[in-house]
This record gives sequence, C-alpha cells and structure tokens, in this order.
Amino acid sequence: MTTTVEQILERKSHPVVRDASAAPTDDMHECLLELEAKGEIVLQRIKGDYVEFPTKYGRKKKIPIEHTWHHKSCGHCGHIPGYASSILWLHRQFNLDYHDPTDQTSCTGWNYYASAASNAVGQAAVMSRNFAAAYETGYFPLIHCGTSFGHYKEIREQLVHHKELRDEVRRILDKMGKPLVIPEEIVHYSEWVYAMRERFKERQLVDMSMITATVHPACHYYKIVAEDAIYDPEIYGGQRTAVVTALLESLGINVADYSTWFDCCGFGFRHVLVQRDFTRSFAVLRKIETMKNEVNPDLTVTHDTGCVTTLDKSQFAAKAHDRKVGIPVLSDAQVAALAMGAHPFRVVQFHWHSTDWRPFLEKLGIDWQKYWDEFQGDLELIRSGQKSGITWEDADKPIQLTA
Amino acid sequence: MPTTQENWNPGKAANRHPEATYEEKERLFLEVKNDVRYHDFLYGCYECGICVSACPSARFYDFSPRVIAQAMAREDVERIYDILTEDIWNCAQCFSCVRCPRQNNPGGLITILREVSLKNGLQESKDALQGYSRVIYKVMLKGNQVSPDMLQPDFFPDWGPWVQNFSQNMHVWRKAIPMDSIRGLTDVAWRVERKTLLELYTIWFESGNMDIIKELDESLYDLLVEVMQEELEDA
Repeated sequence: MTTTVEQILERKSHPVVRDASAAPTDDMHECLLELEAKGEIVLQRIKGDYVEFPTKYGRKKKIPIEHTWHHKSCGHCGHIPGYASSILWLHRQFNLDYHDPTDQTSCTGWNYYASAASNAVGQAAVMSRNFAAAYETGYFPLIHCGTSFGHYKEIREQLVHHKELRDEVRRILDKMGKPLVIPEEIVHYSEWVYAMRERFKERQLVDMSMITATVHPACHYYKIVAEDAIYDPEIYGGQRTAVVTALLESLGINVADYSTWFDCCGFGFRHVLVQRDFTRSFAVLRKIETMKNEVNPDLTVTHDTGCVTTLDKSQFAAKAHDRKVGIPVLSDAQVAALAMGAHPFRVVQFHWHSTDWRPFLEKLGIDWQKYWDEFQGDLELIRSGQKSGITWEDADKPIQLTA
Repeated sequence: MPTTQENWNPGKAANRHPEATYEEKERLFLEVKNDVRYHDFLYGCYECGICVSACPSARFYDFSPRVIAQAMAREDVERIYDILTEDIWNCAQCFSCVRCPRQNNPGGLITILREVSLKNGLQESKDALQGYSRVIYKVMLKGNQVSPDMLQPDFFPDWGPWVQNFSQNMHVWRKAIPMDSIRGLTDVAWRVERKTLLELYTIWFESGNMDIIKELDESLYDLLVEVMQEELEDA
C-alpha cells in the first residue's frame, strides 16, 4: 500500500510511541536468553537498581544506576581526560558504587575501523575478554566510548548469529580460563547520564538558562545496530535519539537545531590520524560552520570521544581560511559536572580543549581565571615535588562557581 | 581512473587493472563473499542513493557506497577489484550508510574488503596505511589506541599552538588528573595490567591477527612478535 505525503506529515506531527511487537529486527534479549538456556554463553545480569527506557523500535532497555565497571575510552583517557573524570565525578557525587578497572584493554575498534588490521574473531575475542573481566568483578559494564558501544553491539549480533564465531572465540577464551560472557544489555555512559538527568538538575549549582547549544549525536551510538539507542517520545517527537538533548534541556539549556545534525563529525578513524584534510574539511564545513551560520551556539555538545576531538581540534586551521568557527566543544558528562559545580580544571579539565572555551565560561558567570590560578598552584606543588598529583580528595567537593 | 559520467558503464565494468588476472580478481572477491558477515551486510540494492546522501566521504571523494553495494550484488569482479584498489580507504566508517531501506551495510562490506586487501598484501592498502603503523604497534602492544605522548607538534601542526603548550606541560598535566587509572601516565591512555596484556597477545596470535600484520608490514610484525613472545615466555 502506498503511503501518502499527508500520512507521513501526520505521523510526524505528534510524538511517536512505537509498538515493540512490530519491531523489524530480532530482539537481542530473547536471542541471548536462548543461548544462555543452551549453555552457550554466560549472561551477565544487572544487579541492583536500574531504570528502563524505550529504544528505537519501542523495546525496553535497562540502564544500571550503580555497581558499574567503567570500560574506559582510549581517546578520553589519552587526549580528553576531563571527559572520563567527569563521568566518575558524577558517580561520586551520588555515592554510587563503581569500579575503574585496569584489567581492561581498548576494544581496539578505532584501530579496526581505521586499518582493518584484525578480523571478526580477533575483535570478538577482545570484547569477550573484557566482558569476562567485568563479570569476574561482579560489576556491570558501562561503556564510555561510542565506538566501543557500537562495535560491541555489532559483535554481539555476529556472535548470536554465527555459531562458528562463538566456537572460535570460546576456544581462545578457554586458553585464559574465561567463559564467553555477554551482558544482558550493552550500555553507553550517555544512557546513564540520560537516566540520571533529573537527579543532576536537583543538584545544579550553575544556571545555564542563558546558553544556546547544538547537539551532535555520535554516529556509532545510534547508527550501528540502530535499534539499541534510546528514543523518547518527548524529545524530537521520538524521531531522533534522546540522549544528550534530554540532559541539556533538563539543565535549562536552549537546544538549537541545525540542518546537518545527521552528518558525522568527520573523524574517519584513519583520517583523523593520518589524513586530516578530510577530517578538518568535513568538521568545519558540514558541522561547525553550519551551526554557526544557522544558530550561532555558545557551545556544541556530543557524547563520544572522536566527535569531541574532531569538532574541537579541527577549528584552528580553518581560521587561516576565514571560516566561521569558534564553538567550544564538550561532552554531556562535562556539561553535567560543570552544572553541578565541578572544578573547571581539576575535574572538567578545560585546558585539554583547544577551541576557546573562555567566552562560554564567562557567559555562565564563571571567573575561570580564578580557578585557573588555583589550578596553577596545584601544578606548582606537583612540579616542586610537594604533591604527587591531584586526587579525588582535591576534586570531589563541588564549588559555587558563580557569585 | 575515477568513475565519471563518461566512463560509467551500467553493465559489468571494463578491465581497468590488467596487472591482475581475472582469476586473481575473482579469488579476492570470493574471499570477501565467503566472510561469515557478508550475507548480513548485503541484501540487494534499490539504487535509491540514500546511502550516498548520508555519506561524508561521497562529499569529498569520488566515492559511492551505492556503487559498492551494486557491484557486490551484481558480483562484478572487475569493478570490485577497482573498489579494492581505489576506493576502500576513503570510507570514514561512520556507518551513516546503514540507513539503507534494504538493510545493507556498505560500511561493513568495506570493512571486509579492507581485511581481504590487507590479508593479500595489496600495495594500495600498504600505501594508505603508511604512517599508521605506529598506532597499530601501540594498540596491539599496550592495549590502548592512543596516548598523550602522541600529541607532538610535528604530527599535529594543524591543531594549533595548543599542541605545543600541551607538549611542554604534558608530564605535570597528566599528574593533575584525579583518576587513579590514568594519573601520571604519558605513554598509555590508562594503566593496563600485565596479565591483561598477556591475554591480549594470546588473542592476537590465536585469532590469526598476526598473519594480517605480517602481510601489511613485515618489520612491524617482527617487532611485535619479538616483544609479545618474550613476554608470553617470561610469564
């Protein structure tokens, strides 16, 4: 039957609540239960509090609130450490139990998407080793990186659908004395942020109502295995993923739309490291400049490693070509932490970001120079050997950033 | 030669790479087709172009995910070889193309094509990955893709004076991070236990990953094998 334009416009004119029974894809929860019943996998279940939210086709996804195993991101920890420390700082503010493991490797997905110098078995074994390591601790994996999240969802599908792949991965894991573990949900940290957003709002210390922000939804969050991303009928009418945008709206930020929201950031995996002409061009021409021309935001916010790096670092060179740039870039976790009084440098670590963030902090009424001077004092103590480094004891306490 | 309006042939493609025999091209295609994921990634093609409209690489290169899905569906061996040698490294692997109404995954097909290209030592792929070997070395040996000490002004001049500033302050800035797992580290992103790294090395050997590295870069392979085997033997 032909769908008319009128029918499409009518459908888009009100929030969409989708019927899970009409979903066009396999329900991964059921597939995993079947494999567990056959003794093929160990299914790790969420222990303790969780919240359920609808995903793209109306199924429910459980998001654990605590007892989480923080699967860190290469890009966060290597190049944007305030991203990772903000996620943990938020947990600490609510005394939520978490585990920051060292028995974790990269998912190696960035390398795989950049070079293909691996294969399906190798990638599935890396994921399964990390999940087995989380299972051994009793904590449930919370994935920091959008690429790890997407990559693991895709590998989960491959493991579910291909017995030969499961057998081969199990053979490798046997050599380490580990079982083949798959968690009942693969959860991205931005989904946890989404689940916690009203609790953040209750503890908000910085008024953000004067800020206009754009959102860049991360490709590997909602395009790879698309049905497993959170969609909320109250956000964009359920037509786009709700994470990030819902948080910003809860914090009182004006979220402005722009025409190229679906475009990727230009990261490219290999390109960002060795062929950045593509990365810079795409990030500036299709994302930053479009945002600037259409809504001129104070900030753009995203929820993945590569997007923060690409959108932030690509802006400098474009100034030589008189392009319209100059939008600071943060993750949702950093914005939430800042709203709750996290120190801009000890926790949010603004100094690792290169596009000028000072006007944004000034608009919020934050005297960044005062906190920068304080941080410089920390660095002097470290340089002189009087202090080995900054600890959570230095960073935990929220501060009244605005007068 | 890029595909243009003038040389576009909607039938099977002409032989643009006579340096390889048809049999060799067909063997490579069959290797792609026999990958366990191939049938999950290709269902047919309406030629609607939705994948192209969403594709960032199509905006900047002579590149089309639609052509790739089409060539695969038609099993056009000559054109698939063109794609293997000319196109695959332009893909940004963002997977915007998976909004395909036929549920195709052109990005996934490209992943398989890249793997086959590397496994068979195609020179075009070695050229595309020139300069990237140090990253492979890092992730396979240290268990992290990137590290702070990679941020050097020589490698990232386009990131502006920030890189110089960072580079000069890297050691003290890294100590000024509250997370125990990353504080003070400059050659890795976070601290990975030795036991964990040994398990990672086991995966690389057991999964056939090292064979791919050997085809890509023999000196990188020798270096990795020497370090990994020594560590595994010590353990």
